Amino acid sequence: MQANSPLGPEAHYQAQLNEGRFLIQRCNDCARHVFYPRVVCPYCGCAELLWVEAEGAGTVYSTTTVRRKAEAGGDYDVSLIDLDEGVRMMSRVEGPAPAEVKIGMRVRARVIDHQGAGLVVFIAEDEK
Amino acid sequence: MSLKDLRGRTAIVGVGTAGCGEAHGMGDLEILAQAAKAALDDAGLALKDVDGLCTANLNAAMWPLNVVEYLGIRPKFVEGTNVGGAAFVAHQLPAMLALDAGVCDVVLVCYGSTQRTSPFGRKERGAARILLDPEPFQTPYQPFNPPSSYALIAARHMHQYGTTRRHLAEVAVAARKWAQLNPEAFSREPLDIETVLGARMISDPFTAYDCCLVTDGAAAYVMTRADRARDLKKKPVHILANATAVWHRSVSSMQDLTVTPSKESGERAFAAAGLGPKDIDMLQTYDAFSINTLLALEDLGFCKKGEGGSFVEDGAIAPGGGFPVNTNGGGLSCVHPNMYGAFITIEAVRQLRGECGERQIEGAKTAVVNGNGGNSASSQSTSVLATADVL
Repeated sequence: MQANSPLGPEAHYQAQLNEGRFLIQRCNDCARHVFYPRVVCPYCGCAELLWVEAEGAGTVYSTTTVRRKAEAGGDYDVSLIDLDEGVRMMSRVEGPAPAEVKIGMRVRARVIDHQGAGLVVFIAEDEK
Repeated sequence: MSLKDLRGRTAIVGVGTAGCGEAHGMGDLEILAQAAKAALDDAGLALKDVDGLCTANLNAAMWPLNVVEYLGIRPKFVEGTNVGGAAFVAHQLPAMLALDAGVCDVVLVCYGSTQRTSPFGRKERGAARILLDPEPFQTPYQPFNPPSSYALIAARHMHQYGTTRRHLAEVAVAARKWAQLNPEAFSREPLDIETVLGARMISDPFTAYDCCLVTDGAAAYVMTRADRARDLKKKPVHILANATAVWHRSVSSMQDLTVTPSKESGERAFAAAGLGPKDIDMLQTYDAFSINTLLALEDLGFCKKGEGGSFVEDGAIAPGGGFPVNTNGGGLSCVHPNMYGAFITIEAVRQLRGECGERQIEGAKTAVVNGNGGNSASSQSTSVLATADVL
């Protein structure tokens, strides 16, 4: 995939998500995956970051249930997910009740529409 | 020159607070100026003596300008770095360098916020901050920050080390017991572990009592060189070392949720001070949330990683316990006006001077002050303070 998109990395990431594609970066020098999208690798300083399709599999690294009044939509999950590529992102696990989301749970990415823009959320791996 | 060469060469010679709790009808600058005046009076100095300024504020990016104008001072040294609530501990190293180099003679470190009683609501400020300083990779998931970020940290710590909600509650109850001995503290009614555990949940595993207060408050302290400090009104409290570490901004970029930058700032500060945790009489650490106290105890080496929970059991950090922590009542029970770093410094100074009345730690000669900043222990600044006889 093109390293030099006319858009900056942040805008390119979002534009691809809006098309339903979840891309992350990989450094062409140290070969580590990078998230969130940047112009310079935070591990080695290399400016050549290539776009790769995220495999989508991950593990819940930590999780919290944010308490919210029922009339405002009720409690919801906020989790940190470690992708198998070795990068971490904030997201939420959809499906199980927020209190049932557990550290160590295997999850899979899904791109949803959130207020007209693509957003990565996760579902429990055993759910289809 | 190294950090070690600055050991003890500067001192805190005046401290003051104002508007703690609720400062109805007052603004940030007004209570800041009251605290500044109190700190200078305490030192036997006047505003005209101030030729160095360290200050920051969450709402104003160029806050030192506001303070210079309001106080009518013309500082030769200005430091306005904002690394969050740790800022007013982190301001010490640049001030130490400036004083030691003779760039200036009297540095005023000051802060004030009337967030609790301000007519301009917290909701509006929070929304404005998201617009001005976005976190595009977190905001869509609506973490309720800062509580949710520290809750994620606490949840991971519990998972990895068997830390319990009861351990966290021990921290909140210890803070309250100290607050009950401090007339300046905002929350002084009795609190027990069952009440903490049974309170309204905010962001699991935190109830409202695991989260710091939302109060008004201003704090100021005055620094000068050790030689000049000897001739002033109060017994000087020397800064043996200060070190700051910044590792990330957002919790999703925090490498290991159970280790804070205090690990690094503490090692550097202890090495420069020539002291270790066993030499320290008290810890004044920034308890934005109950988990912060456990992390500080571990990362600064007062106990092993993962053992913070058992360290605080049975009132061990409460009055009468084995090791005094947050003797003013902390951000959890004394005062927390958005950014709290100046207050922990002031409590350490008051203790080392022997001015703390009922909560006084008898014979205290050394203190560690540990500031926390950002939404996820993002910045930490550690100081080792001591009385003159430790030099």
